[in-house]
Amino acid sequence: MPPSLRRAAALAFALAAAPAARAAAPITIAYIGLLPAHPPPSAELNPPPRDPGLLGAELAIADTNTTGRFTGQVFALAPTRSADPAALLHAFTAELAKGQRLFVTDLPAGLLLRMADAPGADHAVLLDATSEDDRLRGADCRRNVLHLAPSRAMLADALMQYLVTKNWTSLMLLTGRNPGDADYAAAIRHSAEKFHLSIDADRPWTFNPAAQQADTGHFQVNAEVIKATQGASYDVLIVADESDAFGDELSYRTAQPRPVAGTQGLVPTAWSPVMDEYGSTQLQLRFRDLAHRPMTNADYGAWLAVRAVGEAATRTASADPGAIIAYLQGPDFTLAGYKGPEFTFRSWDGQLRQPILLASPRSIVSVSPQPGFLHQTDELDTLGPDQPETACHFKP
Amino acid sequence: MKPALLALACLLLASRPAFAYRIFVSNEKDNTITVLDGETLNIVQTVDVGARPRGIVLSKDGKSLYICTSDADHIEVLDLATLTVNRVLPAYKDPEFMALSNDGNTLYVANENNSQVSVLDIPQGRIVSEIPVGVEPEGMAVSPDGKTVVCTSETTSMVHFIDVATHTVTASVLVGTRPRFAVFTKDGDRVWASSEVAGTVAIIDAHSHKILHTIHFSLPEVPKAAIQAVGINITADGKTAFVDLGPANRVAVIDTDTLAVKKYLLVGQRVWHGAFSPDQSLLFVANGVSNDMSVIDVKALEVTQSVPVGQAPWGIAVAP
Repeated sequence: MPPSLRRAAALAFALAAAPAARAAAPITIAYIGLLPAHPPPSAELNPPPRDPGLLGAELAIADTNTTGRFTGQVFALAPTRSADPAALLHAFTAELAKGQRLFVTDLPAGLLLRMADAPGADHAVLLDATSEDDRLRGADCRRNVLHLAPSRAMLADALMQYLVTKNWTSLMLLTGRNPGDADYAAAIRHSAEKFHLSIDADRPWTFNPAAQQADTGHFQVNAEVIKATQGASYDVLIVADESDAFGDELSYRTAQPRPVAGTQGLVPTAWSPVMDEYGSTQLQLRFRDLAHRPMTNADYGAWLAVRAVGEAATRTASADPGAIIAYLQGPDFTLAGYKGPEFTFRSWDGQLRQPILLASPRSIVSVSPQPGFLHQTDELDTLGPDQPETACHFKP
Repeated sequence: MKPALLALACLLLASRPAFAYRIFVSNEKDNTITVLDGETLNIVQTVDVGARPRGIVLSKDGKSLYICTSDADHIEVLDLATLTVNRVLPAYKDPEFMALSNDGNTLYVANENNSQVSVLDIPQGRIVSEIPVGVEPEGMAVSPDGKTVVCTSETTSMVHFIDVATHTVTASVLVGTRPRFAVFTKDGDRVWASSEVAGTVAIIDAHSHKILHTIHFSLPEVPKAAIQAVGINITADGKTAFVDLGPANRVAVIDTDTLAVKKYLLVGQRVWHGAFSPDQSLLFVANGVSNDMSVIDVKALEVTQSVPVGQAPWGIAVAP
């Protein structure tokens, strides 16, 4: 159903079910998403998910409208997606000019910052559903941005805590050449130091993986992985390959028999299609019914972002964006996210506190923070930069 | 009665002790109901049922057990004389928990995946009404006067009051995140509703629908996040409430006059739901992660025993 029709249907239903909603205008959440500039190479056996992020936001709208039947509130999503950053920026400023103040974003850091710094955006809130960049929670933090996705630092800390509990303390780090890989590797290095793990080999992955799909290509890949991993002594191979270029080709091919973790293998992640604890089966099933595919990280981040707005609107019994934003940024906000504890925002950098899953392709291996990693106020703050070490200082 | 007949009757009674009762535990992950003898706590039988058995409720005549077999999308009726499933009732989709009307003829079923309560006429074996509620309905309870049903919806964080006569939601009370379970006090004046993620219990005025009090829990040795309130059992005299705290592995004991927590009892892992023995001297609680059932001495407020049951025990019921 096109969004406009869906919105109309949601509105009609609410009118029928809750007479109180008759006069209420929908609380509209703008969704701004950057589509990949170039379609990914053909991968017919493993196609990329359709509409990642957006479908999570749509599910959250449906969930929140179910609640809205009892509060007389109606929620609607206004998505704008484009592969052209300039077009998105233009759309964003046009929405601002129309008075729109609630935004969910699926954007890279640079574009997100241009929107957050746009004239008039200081009265809006940008709920960042997908960006994991640490700088957005550090030197480049913005008061009007809240982060639903965990940062790379949180992911790295979640993995390092688990390795500490296993006493797997010696690491090899293998870093790819695609955007983000160096940032992921930096987060791993920082976290290893924080938790007293030792990176005993730190190497780049330089092999062009084009041979993989050729007949007999696996021989060549195997030889390359042996070459890249030999001559070092370590417990776990940590891979930094955010674009899935080679990380899945490491397991079982290393020179020594060692497990793989990081962006592939044992993955620290906000969400996983195999998560079934804390009632998450229900969320997974609702998502599958809507999207006909498993729920990804981007879907989960966007679901959380829209649910955050819905929760603020429900708790304040208000459709006023100003009241919703104040509640989102205030001390009473909590969100349930199917991972155990209540989620809250860190006051010092706008990051959503949440447990991090450690997932293999078919099972949840663990959930961090690990037992025994203590904190004076909130154990979730053992993941990522804590208040004393934050580089985020909001402009007054 | 002639002596010989009397002797025979005694013999029959002896083979099934006069005051024996049975405990039924639904095991969510191995699709069984564990049946235990209440006196010996030995497993009498393990009964295969449909997929993902969760909420279980005893019929008013004590002869049947209604079982939400969630993934089978129906309710199975276990005949307690033969311990066989002898009837299947429709339940729309994903029934998780239910409450029985006071006349025993109607089941109010929470359909977790479909944001509705199904009203199931048991004699007719059909759903007579569907009531839209919030996202992920779970906790269900019928008021002592039978006029009101409450339903908790987890993601909506509400306790819905449903008028039985009209099958409409008359009030929705916003409570702490992820409300899981609700129970009326015996006088019908209050509803106790637990919130799993918030880790609280709200005490709601059943008439004004205002929250009168919220109970918080705190254990120095347990992370706050692990304190997740789920099942609630209030003693027949109304003086003591037991709140199952999920992964805190504790049952909180509450003085219902002061609403203060008197004691925390260490039980098995992820304690979920409980049921009293017929004489109220014992409380049995199902522990979903440690796959056992803890036995609590209600007077002494001590855990006396733990008994292994099936995989992921969820619901618990006692049949006199």
